[in-house]
Amino acid sequence: MIAFAELLERLTLTPGRLAKIALLRRFFETEPDPDRGIGLAALTGELSFEAAKPALIRALAESRTDPTLFAWSYDYVGDLAETTALMWPDPEPDRRRNAPVPSLAEVVDGLATTPKTQLPALVAEWLDLSTPEVRVAILKLITSTLRVGASGRLAKVALAELGGGRIAADDIEELWHGLQPPYGELFRWIEGRGPKPDPRDAPVFRPPMLAHPLEDADVAALDHALFAAEWKWDGIRVQLVATQGGRRLYSRGADDISAAFPEIVEAMRFDAVLDGELLVVRDGAVAPFADLQQRLNRKAPTARMMENYPVAVRLYDILFEAGEDLRPLPFAERRARLEAFVREEAPDRMSLSELIEVPTLAELQELRAGARAASIEGLMLKRRDSPYLPGRPKGLWWKWKRDPLNIDAVMMYAQRGHGKRSSFYSDYTFGLWRDTADGGRELVPVGKAYSGYTDAELKQLDRWIRNNTVHRFGPVREVSHAEDHGLVLEIAFDAAQLSARHKSGVAMRFPRINRLRLDKPPGEADRLETLMALVEGVAVEQ
Amino acid sequence: MPHPETWLKTLPDGLFCEPGGFYVDPVNPVARAVITHAHADHARSGHEAVLASPETLRIMEVRMGEDRAGGHRQPLGWGETIDLKGVRVWLRPAGHVLGSAQVAMEWRGSRVVVSGDYKRTPDPTCLPFEPIPCDVFVTEATFGLPVFRHPPAEGEVRRLLDSVGLFPERTHVVGCYALGKCQRLIALLRRAGWDGPIFLHGALMSVCRAYEAMGIPLGDLRPATASNKAELAGAIVLAPPSAIADRWARRLADPVTCLASGWMRVRQRARARNVELPLVVSDHADWPELCRTIEEVDAPEIWVTHGREDALIHQVEKEGRRGRALRLIGYGDEEEEDAADPVPGGETNAAPPPLAPPATALGPTALAPTALGPTTPGPTALGPGGPDREAAPSGAADSSAAPRRARRGRGGAGGAAA
Repeated sequence: MIAFAELLERLTLTPGRLAKIALLRRFFETEPDPDRGIGLAALTGELSFEAAKPALIRALAESRTDPTLFAWSYDYVGDLAETTALMWPDPEPDRRRNAPVPSLAEVVDGLATTPKTQLPALVAEWLDLSTPEVRVAILKLITSTLRVGASGRLAKVALAELGGGRIAADDIEELWHGLQPPYGELFRWIEGRGPKPDPRDAPVFRPPMLAHPLEDADVAALDHALFAAEWKWDGIRVQLVATQGGRRLYSRGADDISAAFPEIVEAMRFDAVLDGELLVVRDGAVAPFADLQQRLNRKAPTARMMENYPVAVRLYDILFEAGEDLRPLPFAERRARLEAFVREEAPDRMSLSELIEVPTLAELQELRAGARAASIEGLMLKRRDSPYLPGRPKGLWWKWKRDPLNIDAVMMYAQRGHGKRSSFYSDYTFGLWRDTADGGRELVPVGKAYSGYTDAELKQLDRWIRNNTVHRFGPVREVSHAEDHGLVLEIAFDAAQLSARHKSGVAMRFPRINRLRLDKPPGEADRLETLMALVEGVAVEQ
Repeated sequence: MPHPETWLKTLPDGLFCEPGGFYVDPVNPVARAVITHAHADHARSGHEAVLASPETLRIMEVRMGEDRAGGHRQPLGWGETIDLKGVRVWLRPAGHVLGSAQVAMEWRGSRVVVSGDYKRTPDPTCLPFEPIPCDVFVTEATFGLPVFRHPPAEGEVRRLLDSVGLFPERTHVVGCYALGKCQRLIALLRRAGWDGPIFLHGALMSVCRAYEAMGIPLGDLRPATASNKAELAGAIVLAPPSAIADRWARRLADPVTCLASGWMRVRQRARARNVELPLVVSDHADWPELCRTIEEVDAPEIWVTHGREDALIHQVEKEGRRGRALRLIGYGDEEEEDAADPVPGGETNAAPPPLAPPATALGPTALAPTALGPTTPGPTALGPGGPDREAAPSGAADSSAAPRRARRGRGGAGGAAA
């Protein structure tokens, strides 16, 4: 448990991807079985315990601490598990010397198998034997709130490194959902001590094929005849897996999101693996991304959510059909199989993403420029002869986003970045003008951006912010933003959408810093109405 | 026997010993000051006369310059006592930083000990805290909440070295206060077997040299600014907390930002400061040490200078002692420098931040009309020839030298000024 506790703390505070991988790799290298496999399960969110709940922790804390001191401490620390762990009184030294700190396997096993009534005594025993660091980890396990900021993908990359180059992270990804903790079979294979695990017909995730952005310079070189074109829908990319072994809906990052979208899983009455875009579709029209957001990051939707935000999938591709791996086939052939599949199965809540057949690139370009529906990000170009390859192979698929929209906004707040950017003010909140009731005008925040600038511009911005700070709130600085003194930023963004969740009533998709407008006085920046006018209508089902 | 409340008062300038005519750790320039230790919030510049341990005086001179470290500077060695207008005063180690002292004062039969800042865990760079039984113990409460329990510092240094092993191509930059924490970390690193050079931010070097001159060897120390990025890969660099995540740190090789402070016990504090490797190392007593120390000195009254006095007073009152919050304004905490206050890029500006005297802060008991009286230099003014100085006879400083006051009743309801 000691190594796991240390790993958790470091993962939580480490911003760098490579550093996280190094920490994970060392954990998998040095911890024994089954602890390392159980740690892996905990990090990838595969563990949850029914009987252990925050109320248990609160009751334990009350049994061992002074209520007044606990209240003050909780107020200071702000986290129940951490407060309890840090305050937990040390037992008599003798007791601690005679029994070891519990192992991760022991804790996880105890949480899974101990009857609810006996759990408090068991947890108290563990806490007595542990250091404060280990206590934090135990209590975070209980409440399933590890929040280490390490995606399952990072763990798989670290595992692949353990294989010394013989194994790719994608190989592990394809097995992953067919494996069970503590993953002894997987570790044996990775370390060259056993055969590759066979998931059989478990509904495993297949790493998706991704596209490169098409830059203006690439367009001329493109042989239009070799490519099929379709709309790039603004939802989330999903993989639908229905096999003899079960049905799963996966996000692009291999998260199992089946429980959040039961109506899709219900409609997957077939034996196939499909690739598509999950969208909110209302009366045949695709709703803006903000609507889909209402359904994301929820464990299970209410009936009302399902009614108000009805979802559907626009199908892009077919990877497997009745156990047959179609991925080696060229796109054109897979497309024909997909069309036939949809015709025959006619699954509910699913439709084909239409191909756009135009004779010339120029016409395609025109279509792209005119695509002004909020739910369309641009075009996808896919080589007709491309097999379905995991990752982002060069030259086969292109995403051709429509030209961004621009607006001139005024910087209002700046925040320090993380990791390499921790010494720079690199995240900016910006606003637009609107009239106030008393006849004046004010800036209303409309968005945040933390990309788009060059390194030289970042330095310039950092310097400007330090020299023009009017207030500080911890890591955030409010900068001067008066009519005649402030910094105007030209913001590029993909779309503007109405949003009840934003104070301004409007949300931007992918805002980034396009240019610094040092020449422009803030008073001449854009008004909120200008952004509102860019909000687009919805795309109607074709 | 006059109750200490009648002769030891909290005035706007700090804790004032009225019969002795001196302040302890005053926050503004005064005529006569007894200084517990050289941290900037306790040792302000510009006093007319200063009494302190020889080490504290030396460090004050190094940090402030001789002209600002006090007009008359009088050392009081361990084991010596001095009579200041009838008040017997002596110093005992506080274990906080090199030279740090508790100030013991006896007047007309009662004894008060002002601990200054202190800790109980062993520190290779300073003498350990020695408890003095007393009638009133004046304590800090920087970490006066039960969540603060500092782990052994040796283990934290091992965590640092372990991380250096895991990321040998990165610089580990450790934020630490320039006086005390810095030298303690270096000494601990040496004990843990780190023999290589340790690189220092410019603001840390002078105090390290002063420690070495006073017999604390620190090994191979080099200025971080004179080194290039490649040389700093895999190196350990120490810097003031305000520099580790700011522009100064851009010279380092993909730094792992570490911060050595008792506050790092709380994860959110580490996160808020973008600290990648928090090291829970503190020169202040943690909660168990505060409680243990109060038990050992066994004073019926505990006065709390600064920190989380509410929690500590709650605790001592549970044990039947009288607790009193002095709410001395102006004592900060050297471990809690303002993160949002970046050190300017230039090393010359990177010295510890100047401490602005709190102009308008008035303590709750700051109304005493005698505030101006004692500033007149009397015949026993500090300075050569003035004080009646003597070597402390063994036993002069122990509890038998002064009659003890009987323990007050629970809660100390009747324990107001006698």
